[in-house]
Amino acid sequence: MELTPQDKSSEQSPESIEAGEKERWASLIGGGAMVLMGLRQRSLRGVLMAVAGGGLLYQGAKKQSTLKQAQEALGLNQPIKVEKTVTINKPAAELYSYWRDFEKLPTFMKHLESVTVLDDKRSHWVAKAPLDAKVEWDAEIIQEQENELIAWASTEDADIENSGFVRFKPAPGNRGTEVKVVMEYNPPGGAIASALAKLFGEEPDQQIGDELRRFKQLMEAGEIATTEGQPSGRD
Amino acid sequence: MKAVCWQSANNVRVDNVPDPKILNPRDAIVKITSTAICGSDLHIYGGYIPTVQKGDIIGHEFMGEVVEVGKGVNNLQVGDRVVVPSTIGCGRCYYCERDMWSLCDNSNPNGWMEEKLFGNITSAIYGYSHLLGGYAGAQAEYIRVPFADVGVLKVPKELPDEKLLFISDAIPTGYMGAELCDIQPGDTVAVWGCGAVGQFAMISAYMMGAERVIAIDRFPERLEMARKYAKAETINYEEVDPGDALKEMTGGRGPDCCIDAVGLEAHGVGVEDFYDQTKQKLKLETDRPHVLRQMMVACRKGGTLSIMGVYGGFVDKMPLGAAFNKGLTFRMGQMHGQKYMRLLLQLVLDGKLDPSFIVTHQLPLDEAPHAYKIFQQKQDNCVKVVLKP
Repeated sequence: MELTPQDKSSEQSPESIEAGEKERWASLIGGGAMVLMGLRQRSLRGVLMAVAGGGLLYQGAKKQSTLKQAQEALGLNQPIKVEKTVTINKPAAELYSYWRDFEKLPTFMKHLESVTVLDDKRSHWVAKAPLDAKVEWDAEIIQEQENELIAWASTEDADIENSGFVRFKPAPGNRGTEVKVVMEYNPPGGAIASALAKLFGEEPDQQIGDELRRFKQLMEAGEIATTEGQPSGRD
Repeated sequence: MKAVCWQSANNVRVDNVPDPKILNPRDAIVKITSTAICGSDLHIYGGYIPTVQKGDIIGHEFMGEVVEVGKGVNNLQVGDRVVVPSTIGCGRCYYCERDMWSLCDNSNPNGWMEEKLFGNITSAIYGYSHLLGGYAGAQAEYIRVPFADVGVLKVPKELPDEKLLFISDAIPTGYMGAELCDIQPGDTVAVWGCGAVGQFAMISAYMMGAERVIAIDRFPERLEMARKYAKAETINYEEVDPGDALKEMTGGRGPDCCIDAVGLEAHGVGVEDFYDQTKQKLKLETDRPHVLRQMMVACRKGGTLSIMGVYGGFVDKMPLGAAFNKGLTFRMGQMHGQKYMRLLLQLVLDGKLDPSFIVTHQLPLDEAPHAYKIFQQKQDNCVKVVLKP
């Protein structure tokens, strides 16, 4: 798969190349191949921004990366990417509308303390960190298609830089909806790094998987299966 | 309340623990009137099922009386007499909607563990390890029943517990074992294991049109029960090789269907037994597949193997060449109790099935440690113990 506009045929004008790529990305998001794109790129955020900003921000992100590439080569500051999908026995519209009401997300996302919607695009997120610490950030919706997709990125001053999208796609054969989350975040450096690294769990894949399973339980069964608070001979 | 708490391999204790509480809207609390020790509880007791923790309340075959319901349960009332299936199903996922309740997507809160080991999540089972949900079990005075608005079977008050209790687990397991065989009129069905599940599989096989049922075990009292109540011909595998015997009894063809009602703690004879016992002790294989091996070789060409005995992990030295070249069909799984319970209750009400013959011991809950010991070691002709809280 071609990933960079520069590799396109030199006979095309730069404008038409950019327009073509923009269209392609837009359709890719709709069609779902976005995931592969995002994971093959150095930065999912870059791709998402490209869709929102017509490729320019993406280009910017690519070009400022001499230092970043060096860090990546050394294994420093590597963004963590997670991709998880679950099939839920409900129509896409129902799942989308629950998710889009961000203030409800803490009902199944255990690491979240609260989400406050600021306006149609922006929201404020507070997550629990170890040792009673909190991590906060503002997030912005950068791409949205009703009943299909929500893509977001944290704004510049976030404690933990993150971006991603959730996609709702009807499953074949009346099996409900495939809900896919692709997420990327940069573990912050410095002294709080190890504490913050735990924010998304020891294994981010598992944590996102758990959250998707809880979402599925809530949507299908109306409640989240639990054994917390039951008796045992350990009490 | 009092509850049977697992301590370590071959060690259970009756402890005082807090009473269960409603934790979710679809929960109910049931006061247990009878609870049995299932053959598969012996896998837990013996320490063969991973992720069982010290202090876990075990047991999954039970019935009782509803004493409290959550606000999401509209079809049960305090005072209802109920039998509860051992596998927990939400009733709303793709699998439950298609009557495959033991494959429920939503009842296991520890699904990630199963996903890692099995590649997918299956239903939780009461008191059957944290891998399978970590729910507190039924060998106790009270139990919390999740998703109580679906699957739970209301039963009439006049029948004794002994006629109803096994609708919770052993009868549907045996019944499903026979159903998976897709029995045709005239078929010969061989059943390995003459415990409760084996007995009910044999009875069910006849109901489904089997002409002959052959039972395989090593304990005379269990074989006698199979002859007397399940009308089976019997093979004691410690006296004769079951493969040779089955061949001779079926005109050289082999049985049309073979049901495994034994599972991962199967016993064999000679070198093969030594091999599996040793490998299991060294943790080089988790399960002892004697019965599976015998079934694969003994079954007739094009026949069906139905596996209801529990397997937990990995087995080796499997004669896959036999199974492949003979074109065998394998069917298996934890039972979908909710699918069968109404039908089975009707059979009991109509007098066509009286499961109470299986009970050899009835003991107070306090005597659970003794009950486990005699059941595991087959002392005192023990086939099935019912505990009374």
